[in-house]
Amino acid sequence: MNTIRKREELGPNVTRYVIDAPLVATHRKPGQFVIVRVSDHGERIPLTIADADPELGTISLIVQSVGKTTREMAMLRSGDAIHDVVGPLGRPTHLQQFGTVLCVGGGIGTAPLYPIAKAMKEAHNHVITILGARTRDLLILEDDMRRVSDELIVTTDDGSYGTKGLVTDAIRALVGGGTHIDQAVVIGPPLMMKFTSLLTKELGIPTMASLNPIMIDGTGMCGGCRVTVGGEMKFACVDGPEFDAHKVDWDSMIRRLGTYRTEEKTAAERCDHECRIGLGTRGPEWILPTD
Amino acid sequence: MDTADRLKLPPVVMPEQDPTERIHNVREVPFGFTPAMALQEAQRCLHCVNQPCVDGCPVGVRIPDFIRTIESGDYIAGIGIIKQTNLLPAVCGRVCPQEDQCQKSCTVGKTHRDPGQAVQIGQLERFLADWERENHTAVIPQIPPASGKRVAVIGSGPAGLTVAGDLIKLGHAVTVFEALHMPGGVLGYGIPEFRLPKEIVYAEVSYLTRLGVDFQYNTVIGKSLTVDEVRNDYDAVFIGSGAGLPNFLGIPGESLLGVYSANEYLTRANLMHAYDENSDTPILRGKSVAVLGGGNVAMDSARTALRLGALGVTVIYRRSEEEMPARKEEYHHAVQEGVEFSFLQNPLEILGNPDGWVTGLTLQKMQLGEPDASGRRRPLPIPGQTGSVSADVVIVAIGNNPNPLIPAALPSLQMNRHGGIVTNEETMETSVPGVFAGGDIVLGAATVILAMGQGRKAARAIHAWLTKTADLERN
Ligand SMILES: Cc1cc2nc3c(=O)[nH]c(=O)nc-3n(C[C@H](O)[C@H](O)[C@H](O)COP(=O)(O)OP(=O)(O)OC[C@H]3O[C@@H](n4cnc5c(N)ncnc54)[C@H](O)[C@@H]3O)c2cc1C
Ligand SMILES: Cc1cc2nc3c(=O)[nH]c(=O)nc-3n(C[C@H](O)[C@H](O)[C@H](O)COP(=O)(O)OP(=O)(O)OC[C@H]3O[C@@H](n4cnc5c(N)ncnc54)[C@H](O)[C@@H]3O)c2cc1C
Ligand code: SF4
Ligand code: SF4
Ligand code: FES
Repeated sequence: MNTIRKREELGPNVTRYVIDAPLVATHRKPGQFVIVRVSDHGERIPLTIADADPELGTISLIVQSVGKTTREMAMLRSGDAIHDVVGPLGRPTHLQQFGTVLCVGGGIGTAPLYPIAKAMKEAHNHVITILGARTRDLLILEDDMRRVSDELIVTTDDGSYGTKGLVTDAIRALVGGGTHIDQAVVIGPPLMMKFTSLLTKELGIPTMASLNPIMIDGTGMCGGCRVTVGGEMKFACVDGPEFDAHKVDWDSMIRRLGTYRTEEKTAAERCDHECRIGLGTRGPEWILPTD
Repeated sequence: MDTADRLKLPPVVMPEQDPTERIHNVREVPFGFTPAMALQEAQRCLHCVNQPCVDGCPVGVRIPDFIRTIESGDYIAGIGIIKQTNLLPAVCGRVCPQEDQCQKSCTVGKTHRDPGQAVQIGQLERFLADWERENHTAVIPQIPPASGKRVAVIGSGPAGLTVAGDLIKLGHAVTVFEALHMPGGVLGYGIPEFRLPKEIVYAEVSYLTRLGVDFQYNTVIGKSLTVDEVRNDYDAVFIGSGAGLPNFLGIPGESLLGVYSANEYLTRANLMHAYDENSDTPILRGKSVAVLGGGNVAMDSARTALRLGALGVTVIYRRSEEEMPARKEEYHHAVQEGVEFSFLQNPLEILGNPDGWVTGLTLQKMQLGEPDASGRRRPLPIPGQTGSVSADVVIVAIGNNPNPLIPAALPSLQMNRHGGIVTNEETMETSVPGVFAGGDIVLGAATVILAMGQGRKAARAIHAWLTKTADLERN
């Protein structure tokens, strides 16, 4: 059981949690994630470690409510507990002094991007960040990102804030204006990552992307998180989650994310109903070996 | 009763759930013997002086001795005899490949020239273990005074549980680290409920907890704690991290939607209870399911698919029925339940529709050639003979390799070509002093009883190691 110490709404459907997880807090490195199970009948879902305080033994997670599990998590309050938290999982980000590093975050991808941008800055890079959101209300972590970036550019699809357009437009403008970029990091919705990486490939900028396939165990046991990178099968939970964006088979990855679309829809509808009438679904009682 | 009378007794037929009924639930298939049935089966044992059955058991359970207690009705003594060498009889009685081990060389089977006539040792073992569990008679043994030594066990599969049980009884403090949120390793996430009810695994774990074993779940060694931290904090380390690395075929189409590794499919169904409509973990309930492989894992996947509502399940295996490594019992159960088998077929490609969903497979017809290194006849393609089958879910069940997580986190461990940890066969000690290993991480995907056997050897050696280091510290 991992107690929620603090809970804060960052925007519509986006919540930051500070959670007790002492071992994770002292062992995690930027780029790594945890797998949580909200309740004893819950699903295991991966979430990036957005930040950690090794002294207090806490980690922070920033979660967007998209389906049943993340919505159930959103109903928890400070003092409540998350049933299971395991990690840190995955390989840490490859950090070095590249020179100028471009960090591109889309939507909730800004959450996993934050610890990486921060670490890139600490590794003495010049950090330029581009944050993309559909509209102003959906932009998260702007202040945190500004603090760890040398330059910050915001784009919104509808022009309600920053420059109107997509992150790819901002990248083109930046490079067109003569900025040299040594390394790019992109995290966001898979389609955004795909188009960003197509562009940086064209522009000759080495790029890494953090992939978010469906996972279960996170230890390389199930193979459910497999992705194709450079023609080879990789398990994102142990070989990743970061990969050379130019080698990722994006179409296959995006398709696989849709495996349970029908099931997820039913679950979310059920959750909607039951959450509203205050029931919550209960699974069978399972005997937990804690005598 | 004399030998001639005993030999006349027919094997007791194990009562089972009807196949048409059981494919709609996940409850255990065999019901187990009643005391009367157990007595009758026990009377079939001849109490051979040379005890060939004991030689066939990898951990040398004193078989005729425990069978005798069933005849005399002293079940508590019987369970004590079994537990001297086998910590998990309720598990082994159910899942050991007895037909290849203890029962293979049973004199009764030999006399009748029919291995099917052998004394049903596994079922009797299960009977005693179930009786003990159901009557709560498990005795908490007298534990010697604390040795002051601490042992870390990595992984809560059968190997790790055995080491933990043996060492706690010797007075050492034991912590078991488990990556998942539940214990048991493959017993928990892999072997289905209808073959091994999870309640049994959890009861064994509760027993160890009562003895004082500390279980730390959600802790991945090499990630949540480094191997070096564990080595510094504990006087000895046992690695029982298993063979949880699923193989794929490396053929086109394995990324299609609806293609699973058996590990993922079974984990969703067992560990995450996806067969229960109330569970949050989804699973694709295919109507026509193709399972690739021919071992226990393939049988478990196929039978699970039926229980998830498949109308047709076909196991596709590249050799013939004879070479199939699955236990006979599992094969028969699968056939009874309506699983179809397509032998001498090798998958060439998994086919999909434009949306990326799997639609079927292209298969190459095979024939058997000369025996290969494993002694089984090698399957060879028959040129020009290919065909196809349709499927909306494909499960790849072609085996697992040792989990590379720990070896990667402890580079000084000596490994073999197959990714297994190299150990001293007698002591299970690895190339790193004070670090022992056993089970599937050493053997590659093997069996529960072999994992437990290695656990037992390791526990003995760890105890010796701890005693030696304690002596050194004292002098
Ligand atoms: C390594 C990794 C790190 C992640 N970090 C974060 C994070 O820091 N914050 C955060 O909010 N989310 C993160 N995710 C995504 C998060 O795991 C999913 O949003 C979550 O599993 C959805 O569960 P659900 O039951 O609420 O929704 P579901 O009912 O499972 O899905 C609802 C909708 O979300 C989509 N979806 C499902 N799984 C994913 C996924 N893995 N990635 C993207 N979309 C998905 C579905 O297609 C569907 O449209 C991460 C994923 C990975 C693999
Ligand atoms: C589907 C299936 C059916 C089978 N059927 C049979 C059968 O009928 N009869 C039979 O005898 N055998 C059967 N087997 C084989 C048998 O289950 C295994 O040989 C046995 O479980 C191996 O035991 P183990 O203790 O070595 O490892 P495992 O049972 O694999 O347990 C290893 C444990 O270690 C944990 N772990 C791994 N890495 C770490 C880490 N870094 N930190 C912490 N924990 C970690 C894992 O999560 C796991 O819980 C079957 C196997 C499968 C997959
Ligand atoms: S442990 Fe397995 S092989 Fe040994 S007697 Fe029991 S069932 Fe037979
Ligand atoms: S070989 Fe068969 S008959 Fe002989 S002691 Fe063993 S179980 Fe009994
Ligand atoms: S999540 Fe199971 S192998 Fe990666």
